[in-house]
Amino acid sequence: MTDAAIRYALFGRLDAKAFPFVRAWENPNLSEIIGAAAGAMVVIGAVALVVVLTWKRWWRPLFLDWLTSLDHKKIGIMYVVIAGVMLSRALIEAVLMRAQQSLAVNAPGIVAPEHFAQLFSTHGTIMIFFMAMPFLTGLINYVVPLQIGARDVAFPLLNSISLMLTAGGAGLVMISLAVGEFSTGGWSGYPPYTETAFQPGVGPDYWIWAITLSSLGTTLSGLNFAATIYKKRCPGMHLTRMPLFCWTALCTSILMIFAMPPLTLATALLALDRYLGFHFFTNDLGGNMMNYVNLFWLFGHPEVYILILPAFGVYSEVISAFSSKELYGYKSLVIATMAIGVLSFTVWLHHFFTMGQSANVNAFFGVATMTIAVPTGVKVYDWIWTMFRGELRFTPPMLFSVAFIMTFVLGGITGVMLAIPPIDFVVHNTVFLVAHFHNVLIPGLLYGMIAGYQYWFPKAFGFRLSEGWGKISFVCWVVGFYLAFMPLYVLGLGGMARRSQALFDPDYEPWLIVAVVGAFILLAALATLFVQLWVSIRDREHNRVPVGDPWDARGLEWSIPAPPPEYNFATIPRVYHLDAFYWRKARGDAYKFADSYADIVIPKNSWVGPIVGGAGAACAFGLVWHIWWLTILGFATAWLAVIARSFVRDTHRTIRAAEVESTERRWLALAAATRPIPRRLEESSANLGLAEPFPPEVTA
Amino acid sequence: MSGPQLKHVGLNLTGSDELEPGEAALGLYGFWIFLMSDAVLFALLFAVYGTQLSATVGAPGPEAEFKLGSAFLETLILLTSSLTFGLSAIAMKYDRTRTGLVVWLCVTLALGLAFLGFEIHDFVAMFRDGATPDRSGFLSAFFALVPTHGLHVTAGCLWIAVMLVQIAVHGTDPRVKLDVLKLGLFWHFLDIVWIAIFSVVYLQGTLG
Repeated sequence: MTDAAIRYALFGRLDAKAFPFVRAWENPNLSEIIGAAAGAMVVIGAVALVVVLTWKRWWRPLFLDWLTSLDHKKIGIMYVVIAGVMLSRALIEAVLMRAQQSLAVNAPGIVAPEHFAQLFSTHGTIMIFFMAMPFLTGLINYVVPLQIGARDVAFPLLNSISLMLTAGGAGLVMISLAVGEFSTGGWSGYPPYTETAFQPGVGPDYWIWAITLSSLGTTLSGLNFAATIYKKRCPGMHLTRMPLFCWTALCTSILMIFAMPPLTLATALLALDRYLGFHFFTNDLGGNMMNYVNLFWLFGHPEVYILILPAFGVYSEVISAFSSKELYGYKSLVIATMAIGVLSFTVWLHHFFTMGQSANVNAFFGVATMTIAVPTGVKVYDWIWTMFRGELRFTPPMLFSVAFIMTFVLGGITGVMLAIPPIDFVVHNTVFLVAHFHNVLIPGLLYGMIAGYQYWFPKAFGFRLSEGWGKISFVCWVVGFYLAFMPLYVLGLGGMARRSQALFDPDYEPWLIVAVVGAFILLAALATLFVQLWVSIRDREHNRVPVGDPWDARGLEWSIPAPPPEYNFATIPRVYHLDAFYWRKARGDAYKFADSYADIVIPKNSWVGPIVGGAGAACAFGLVWHIWWLTILGFATAWLAVIARSFVRDTHRTIRAAEVESTERRWLALAAATRPIPRRLEESSANLGLAEPFPPEVTA
Repeated sequence: MSGPQLKHVGLNLTGSDELEPGEAALGLYGFWIFLMSDAVLFALLFAVYGTQLSATVGAPGPEAEFKLGSAFLETLILLTSSLTFGLSAIAMKYDRTRTGLVVWLCVTLALGLAFLGFEIHDFVAMFRDGATPDRSGFLSAFFALVPTHGLHVTAGCLWIAVMLVQIAVHGTDPRVKLDVLKLGLFWHFLDIVWIAIFSVVYLQGTLG
């Protein structure tokens, strides 16, 4: 064998040019240096992480307490951590893009066209698949079992595998910063541009395999949550007594089960084109790229509701809790949620009105799209009526919810505009569209996730997040959003094409400068979130809420200590009413000692999840770089781990009744000794997580 | 187990008294959901195949390449394997010696492998004629749809082999019984998909 053949067998397409540091060394322009700096941040971040873990001796706890854990609460927290890391990267990329456009009016700006195209591709891919999806999956993981009175999800090991596959995909996107390059085909990866004829490099391959890992994980998560909600509810928790967040989680799970396969198929067929010379979406030999577009949006539109519905659930919980009122129109909210779920499969074509269907087809999908505004409008009114005459407290989660209602309605209205095909023809592919989908996804997803994080954080960690910093962050998120995206509506109507690296109309410049200022404020908003976390951890002794109910809230998740024991409920609760815990508090029935306690069986930790995730990522990396031995090794390792696991019978351990009872006794003694606080002291250190019963004339 | 039977659509697990109530039902329910997701995948592959039927662009088309006799033989083999899997499930329920279960699983495995053998033989013949997936959109769609089913059958065969080893190691404990039931769902599901392939691909391609 020649040297070249040996090198190819070992390293595939990988060579020195793959590293941005080498490229920047050979060709030191600003764009390459920015790329190298980004790669360096990944490398330095990874090295710093290893150093800290070694220095603090955290390797053992990291693996034994966290990565191998099958506890839905820890898995949920790890999902949110992934989301936080990826949000940071993708937001920095957004700022870079805004900066480029504001500097590139009749000027070269700071990043080259290829680099700019990678930025918008990774920004979109990360925000959807590695920020939004992990964030909402994390919240559902943490909250749903607690809300339905279960001790874990239906399939804890599968849950761990889902997490690790998602983490593997996120890792692959991060590696692409330091090794090679990413796709320049946008987050939707339309062929034929993403075919080998136009992008022979590794970029689209990184995109394909990162997405595939994540979508496999998401399909399994959806399956898991649906089975959990249908089969693991505690006695008396009828479907119509579930908190609304569980309903939205259920609807999202159903959408995941049905909408992820089209994506998996679209990327798989594209991979067949790229790797084996098939002709699904090529320009020649019978390829048909419309198949891709249909498959992608058959996933992509339900995906929008996968993203938004859990946030709707969070708002429902938050608004009800901080208004001290039962959710107005619970049944109509449930019906609206399920209606949105069904309708979401009937509108995918509005993503490509301009791609040559007949006017009648466009009209049908336009009307279907507008129909979705009806159930969404029902929801908005329900939230407003919930607040009406409530005992309102404007804590950070509540502020985000209110900002959501105002801002989301604006985004919804521009959505209805875009649903009208003649208007869509005019503004298609302009930044008007970019403004629209950020206008629905930032309030409709990100605000909701942040609100949920702030709302349930005290439950998960036992202390409140600083409300002061929360409010500063809230102001930045809202002001930043309006400054960054309202100008894009104007620019879009003025004809500015999306994804432009260079611009030539001087009239655009003032609006672009406003937008970049907004982008920097959004970056500050993210920074304040991290400051809030740091300050709150520093001051945690003053913010503890060990009794577990800091907001006088309503669902079962608040009826247990904060943080909850690993088995969640010492005895499985019985439910008689919607808002089960509030109903118990109103009857003076909360914090009661059970008649008897039983042994609790919980799953042991397992290495299968991390092995499958790591092997999956290795397999994907091998595929990207044509390192076939790594591909085969990774694939075989993942499946062998699963098969080996099927032979293991010793998978559970028992927590003795006596231990459960003494833990429960200690907590109830603490609750009995704690002074209940009225709502006006909610944001002070007097709040130990025990709520003063509400005056009956208000609750009535 | 509390009652004499578990509530699910498959065979009940008489004698599996070590399972928690509802545990079997939960596992099978989850597997049904997985199959539903997998069914969506096949449905879309069929849809793509349908749109690519006419995209033969001068490469060999269905009339020249599909052999109805061979496809019919494969159909008979696969349908028979579903019958033999059913017999193994019945043996699992009533035969306390495990012999019936093991024998029928082995027969099913042999039939599955025979099916794969005939299918690969067909593919090789197509390749020899120059009907390769890089020739046309139609052949791409064909070689995505039918081999995806074939890969599922391969996975099913591997699963049967793993179950045979598990029976040797653990006997028929509740976990093994539950896994055999899931495997059964999977195997019958593949039959249903094949019937669709036989009708849509082979019958339509040769008679249509």
